[in-house]
Amino acid sequence: MALDVFAPWDNPDAKPLIQFKNVTKRFGDFTAIDDLTVDIFESEFFALLGPSGCGKTTMMRMLAGFETPTEGTIRLAGEDIAPIPPNKRAVNMMFQSYALFPHLTIWDNIAFGLKRDRMPKGEIEARVDEMLRLTRMEQFAKRKPHQVSGGQRQRVALARSLAKAPKLLLLDEPLGALDKKLRQETQFELMDIQEKTGTTFVIVTHDQEEAMTVASRVAVMDHGKIVQVSTPDAIYETPNSTYVADFIGDVNLIQGKADPKGDKIYIAWAEGQPEIVGTPMSDFSHGQDVHFAIRPEKVSISADKPEGAANAIKGKVLDIAYLGNISTYHVELPGGQVIKAQTANNRRISRRSFTWEDDVWLSFTDTAGVLLER
Amino acid sequence: MKRFSWFNATSLTLGFAFLYLPMVILVIYSFNESKLVTVWAGFSTKWYGELFQNDAFLDAAWVTIKVAVMSSTLATVLGTMAAIVLVRAGRFRGRTLFSGMIYAPLVMPEVITGLSLLLLFIGIGMDRGVFTIVLAHTTFAMCYVSVVVSSRLVSFDQSLEEAALDLGCSPFQAFRLVTLPIIAPSVISGWLLAFTLSLDDLVIASFASGPSATTLPMKIWSSVRLGVSPEINALSTLMIGVVAAGVITASLVSKRAATRQQREERAAARLA
Amino acid sequence: MRRFTLIAIPYAWLLALFLVPFLIVFKISLSDLAMAIPPYTPNLDLSTGWAGFKDFLSQLDFENFIWLTQDDLYWKAYLSSAKIAAISTILTIIVGFPIAYGMARAPEEWRATLLMLVILPFWTSFLIRVYSWMGILSQEGYLNQFLMSIGVISEPLIILNTNIAVYIGIVYTYLPFMILPIYAALEKLDESLLEAAEDLGCSRMSAFWLITVPLSKQGVIAGSFLVFIPTLGEFVIPSLLGGSKTLMIGKVLWEEFFSNRDWPVASAVAVVLLLILIIPIILFQRNEQKQREAEG
Repeated sequence: MALDVFAPWDNPDAKPLIQFKNVTKRFGDFTAIDDLTVDIFESEFFALLGPSGCGKTTMMRMLAGFETPTEGTIRLAGEDIAPIPPNKRAVNMMFQSYALFPHLTIWDNIAFGLKRDRMPKGEIEARVDEMLRLTRMEQFAKRKPHQVSGGQRQRVALARSLAKAPKLLLLDEPLGALDKKLRQETQFELMDIQEKTGTTFVIVTHDQEEAMTVASRVAVMDHGKIVQVSTPDAIYETPNSTYVADFIGDVNLIQGKADPKGDKIYIAWAEGQPEIVGTPMSDFSHGQDVHFAIRPEKVSISADKPEGAANAIKGKVLDIAYLGNISTYHVELPGGQVIKAQTANNRRISRRSFTWEDDVWLSFTDTAGVLLER
Repeated sequence: MKRFSWFNATSLTLGFAFLYLPMVILVIYSFNESKLVTVWAGFSTKWYGELFQNDAFLDAAWVTIKVAVMSSTLATVLGTMAAIVLVRAGRFRGRTLFSGMIYAPLVMPEVITGLSLLLLFIGIGMDRGVFTIVLAHTTFAMCYVSVVVSSRLVSFDQSLEEAALDLGCSPFQAFRLVTLPIIAPSVISGWLLAFTLSLDDLVIASFASGPSATTLPMKIWSSVRLGVSPEINALSTLMIGVVAAGVITASLVSKRAATRQQREERAAARLA
Repeated sequence: MRRFTLIAIPYAWLLALFLVPFLIVFKISLSDLAMAIPPYTPNLDLSTGWAGFKDFLSQLDFENFIWLTQDDLYWKAYLSSAKIAAISTILTIIVGFPIAYGMARAPEEWRATLLMLVILPFWTSFLIRVYSWMGILSQEGYLNQFLMSIGVISEPLIILNTNIAVYIGIVYTYLPFMILPIYAALEKLDESLLEAAEDLGCSRMSAFWLITVPLSKQGVIAGSFLVFIPTLGEFVIPSLLGGSKTLMIGKVLWEEFFSNRDWPVASAVAVVLLLILIIPIILFQRNEQKQREAEG
């Protein structure tokens, strides 16, 4: 079973397709990329995730050839790509604005790159038709870009950048211009196409849900550095810092002092409150600062103190957000800290167990949360 | 962080040299001592002196300014009204003809406009002079004014006017108290445009005027047909100087207004 | 009531001083030359009533228009005007495009200044701008002085009073009309389109020809009309810079009116010029409309 899993990053013999080695990029005084090293493997769907200004777009533009690194090297299939101009790279890019040529039909847009390669006419036609089929745009081939919908434009842009069968496809916020529902549908389409063509995709996004959905691995970036690179589930379940934990999904963060006892750590986080018990991934010394991060869905809420729970804290319901599928309770602890707890609304008609100002118990296991140094 | 590429720098330098060099040469040679305009014989301001001795030029300048002030003021009033009609009045009978008559003079050859007005003035037996030039200039300048003002009116947020009406203004008060102050810059630039068009016009004025009135362009025209003259160089320099000073002042004033507004907005943002 | 006044005042003004004069021109173009004041016949005399009006109509004819086709001066002047306007339009594109391109690709903080520098000549007298070339192009002018001093030529070139001087004058005075629409088109051009073209294998040069040029087409077309239409009826430039051989219809009309005092023929010349101009004006408006629709 383990053989089926696609995880070249765990294989020490695997050769990365792209290697960033100590890459730094400065614009004047501003450092966009700061001494960054990362490997991306063939057939990966790699997501660069971060807030605007974190350097993710600069990384992508360096891959496409529109920027050159100030220091360090970028290799594509072992070859340093710094001296290769964008029009000679086996890398194609799907632009955030799509950058479809408004004066050309959709067919000519897709054929544009192929014509530059002086491909024979018949082959161009076959290839364009194949791309139109892949993106289900056959009946729109004769139209101009402004005559199709936003979602269709997005597919044309994808078809155009895939037409040349690049070794690497770069996608700059590819779904940013679409509304939420269309975005979710398109995410699955993207994954499907990536799988069918086997092309390596690098996607830039600020939408963590999108990154988690499509990517085989996610790199979380901040201030020109990669904070963590891992699979979506690892990023979510075992973030390596409060920054990652906070950026991906919803999280409760509790700060305290560590008190290691055996393989557990007890956290003193508020005067007169029971210590929180957690399972550490790394060593903590006695009295060290520790951040306890726990996802709201891992916190249960009950009226009575639950029997045998590793952690149980009493609080008062401050706010209830009913989201349909789930409800989020904001519970104020005696020290004033607010903890979010989520319950699934898995019965259609259920009476609300709790309401505002109710005293409730929050509980979670000793492996539910993560202990972070910073 | 973007810089000029050498190609763009070259084309811009050559392009602007082409646009400005003739005028620069004109200005320089207006200070030429020699009567022979193309031979430099030392610095002198004597042609300016002669210019101010020349009553014909001074009279023509006075006529031109009178005509320009009157026609541009009249054109601004009529043009602003026309702009409001175009943008706000909705449908009425003859609207197509009306907008046609607004836009047609913009592309009409001046010789045709001039000729037709002259034939009108003769036909109704009107004495030609300052008054007929004012009528002629007002007619074509009001079209330019209405284009300038209506482009501003189109982007004007009509809910402001509606708010004024809601608060008890009559339609005319709403226009005077709300709309007019907001579109004022475009009305002013319309006036300036009409003023320069009138100052500048040779062809229409030649047709519309009679022996009693000669405008400055007409005077310059009859003089330059005979060739380049140092007095005309001096006159041209003065006119270029006035325009340059005017445009630079206007752009400084509007720039200062813009920076003040920015500063005030920033200050307000800090307060909030 | 107020709305009526608002519409009526500018409407009446334009009717009286724009439309009626045209009808008069049209009417006189159908009249005959006469040794009288005004120097044409017939004159409408309303005192004789309907019979007089019918009589008046019966005296109108197309003689002047037939005359225009018979005397080859006129159709040659129309043709030559069209040729000069067309050639100068092309020259204006050649000169104006690089300037507009340079402006659109200039650093952002420079663009407003450059734009003002292009518009500034508009505010200076047209007459003076044309006049400034007389001193440059004349036989002992600054250009000849300069070229002879650096030894490029030994004999002065004869430029003033030729068609070449007319072309220079037109390109010079109408250049801003070409630069502004092209600049507007190029400035809108999204830089990522050029990056996309490069990404798909274009060199800088081919990206220019395949993307920039087609996308600035609308601006070039608009600019061409803005130069071509007024140039066709131009009078000042051919009179000052052109020679006796420079034939342009605006000049012919002026001379017909002021020198020959043949008002009916001058009016007929004007009517035909207007008819000729209607074609490019309609094409221009179609083009503008198409552009607005494409954007909206």
